[in-house]
Amino acid sequence: MTKADENPAMPGRRAQYEAALRRRSLWVAGVSTSLVFLAILVLVPLAPGWEAVKKSFFNWGVFSKTFPGLLDAFLLDIAIFAWCAPLIALLGLFVAICRDIQKPALYPLRLFATVYTDVFRGLPVILVIYLVGFGIPGLGLPRPWNSPYIWGSLALILVYAAYVAEVIRSGIGSIHKSQSSAALSLGLSNADTMRYVILPQALRNVLPANMNLVVALQKDVALLSFVGPVEIFRQAGVYKSLYASFTPYVGAALIFLAITIPMTRFADHLMNKRRKQEQ
Amino acid sequence: MLSLRNIQKSFGNHHVLCGIDLEVAKGEMVCLIGASGSGKSTLLRAVNLLDPVDDGEIWFDGVDIAEPGLDPQPIRQRIGLVFQSFNLFPHMSAAENVMLAPRRVKGLSRAAQRGRVEELFERFGLAHRIDHYPDQLSGGQQQRVAIIRALAMQPDILLFDEITSALDPELVAEVLDVLRSLRAEGMTMILATHEMGFARELADKVCFLESGRILEEGTPAQIFDAPREERTRQFLSQVL
Repeated sequence: MTKADENPAMPGRRAQYEAALRRRSLWVAGVSTSLVFLAILVLVPLAPGWEAVKKSFFNWGVFSKTFPGLLDAFLLDIAIFAWCAPLIALLGLFVAICRDIQKPALYPLRLFATVYTDVFRGLPVILVIYLVGFGIPGLGLPRPWNSPYIWGSLALILVYAAYVAEVIRSGIGSIHKSQSSAALSLGLSNADTMRYVILPQALRNVLPANMNLVVALQKDVALLSFVGPVEIFRQAGVYKSLYASFTPYVGAALIFLAITIPMTRFADHLMNKRRKQEQ
Repeated sequence: MLSLRNIQKSFGNHHVLCGIDLEVAKGEMVCLIGASGSGKSTLLRAVNLLDPVDDGEIWFDGVDIAEPGLDPQPIRQRIGLVFQSFNLFPHMSAAENVMLAPRRVKGLSRAAQRGRVEELFERFGLAHRIDHYPDQLSGGQQQRVAIIRALAMQPDILLFDEITSALDPELVAEVLDVLRSLRAEGMTMILATHEMGFARELADKVCFLESGRILEEGTPAQIFDAPREERTRQFLSQVL
């Protein structure tokens, strides 16, 4: 019997020591953080260009005038994101499965999938958006098929599906061979083994990794502004010219963060949960 | 019912099975004993066609299923295999684990199977665990579910690959009871096992494997009480 067992109100020696340690760490962390913030508050305004930067980037008048318009434009970002994401998931899954196909007759699919992931993971996103977004409408397609919305979105879908495919493939590889042995030993076909046994587990394993891609996609929608759609980044550019102020860009940044930070936290949460399950 | 002739199997340079001959009659229970690495597991996986043999014949119900190029799927439906590490599907409940193969392979709906599956769970003392997930079950319970999963395909023969080796000692009995009950109803079975007491009690035939060969085979009494080979005697003295 230890002391703690006899009297639960009285913490043991180890608990007392650890509580003291915690109090001390809290105090040190608090002081050092305050010092850093204080230094920033004091030093940054001392910079020679601070007055100009403040006027141009943090102009409250411009901010309050442009913010509602930026929010409106952000709806377009969300819309583009919303139609791209499911298509990316489907194409990524399809390509991932194609890369592991064994049937000789379907070898072209496998070859296509391998070349596809190599090419689109090897190109800068903005380059693909330029090539697809300007190139295809340049063929002189009739309305609405010359819309930059369609081809810009396609560029995003092509690039992100390549990444998603690789993530899913690594998930498939992470499932232990004994699972497919068990499924096959029961007389299930290769396709059913993949569909009912391997894929459900693989997709669950790579959910956190895919969440990170979702966050990245949400940000990269802004790149479409280069081929036409007046989404938030382009709208901020319009306001910049109108008010001769960079403040709208700060507003746009805040709007992005309001969405992406919770998504990132959620992805981290999933990742941690996954890690705990594996232990 | 099952007849193995001169089975050969190598993994790379490692000759794992070097000419196995074995006869298993309907309703018989055959136990394979021998040290780890003697080829017991490989032999069972070869019969289920998971690791196809390099050479030799496996006659099953009048067909040589070792024929290269044969579609393994219909054969595997009739030859069940239970694994040492259970290999339940962790994302499915116990009942879903059991119903997947009959549903996909035989086209039996969940509703059509449910009654029969409930009976099986009841019979093996798992009625209260039927909708649990594998990680909510003890090792012994998981292994019993794995046996039910193999049984649900109504195979002609069941192979058991050291199915009690991964279990805590106090859980071994509940799994052996299941085998006892299958034996009583006349199921044809081949077991790779380290449970010598169980083999002696129930087996029709015991085979001692050593370096990919069946060194000695006979009734439990012959193998356990009067082994002819020195190596068999040595092995038994180590494990008994």
